[in-house]
Amino acid sequence: MNIQSCVEVRNEWDIVKARQSGRNIAKELGFGTVDQARITTAISELARNIYLYAGKGEVTIERTEAGSKLGLKIIAADSGPGIKDIRRVMEDGFTTSGGLGAGLPGVKRLMDEFTIDSKENEGTNITAIKWLR
Amino acid sequence: MRIPILKLNEYLLITIQVDLDDKTALQFQEDLLEKIHETGAKGVVIDLTSVDMIDSFIAKVLGDVVRMSNLMGARVVLTGIQPAVAITLIDLGIMMKNVPTALDLEQGLEKLQQELGG
Repeated sequence: MNIQSCVEVRNEWDIVKARQSGRNIAKELGFGTVDQARITTAISELARNIYLYAGKGEVTIERTEAGSKLGLKIIAADSGPGIKDIRRVMEDGFTTSGGLGAGLPGVKRLMDEFTIDSKENEGTNITAIKWLR
Repeated sequence: MRIPILKLNEYLLITIQVDLDDKTALQFQEDLLEKIHETGAKGVVIDLTSVDMIDSFIAKVLGDVVRMSNLMGARVVLTGIQPAVAITLIDLGIMMKNVPTALDLEQGLEKLQQELGG
């Protein structure tokens, strides 16, 4: 079974598109309503970050496995300005947009695994996984 | 897309039944304030029973519209927040402080009646 969806994020509508396809895949994989909400919210935050800070990028949602575990993986990638100080953006309450997004610490709490890779002037790549329980 | 706003005596009732995009949410904010101005409504219930996701942006828009309406003299109650939505909001770190809420539409209207002393 190969479930994957890739949504290009260029405008506000694409944020809705990304989270809708995330919800569909989460449902298909058997996630309950609470985890479905967590996953769609995380996608919404990540897609909005792309739209706000990089202008454009893409969100890929796919099925992932590790041993006997099954999960949903979100990859949010852009070639925007990148993040100067990753440690700082991972602090609760840090914002550069005047509080528009709940920020990355919130997304990290919603998901089980979270990795961020960013280079200044090259872009940002965030991967987050939720495991099926 | 526009979200319909219904008038019932001195109250306005809104039930959000679409997946809110940013523009629709901001349009709703304006429409509601305009409607309060136009009708002189004293209380507003925004029912979120059909909303299955609230992200930080929508939370901000809802929190703002509550405060904006208060500035105009109308009280707003949010009702019907789903368990999954409540859990996600707290996970995200959004507490919706000072935003009046009630379990459902019925209790929301009761709350308004008590607050408005009617």
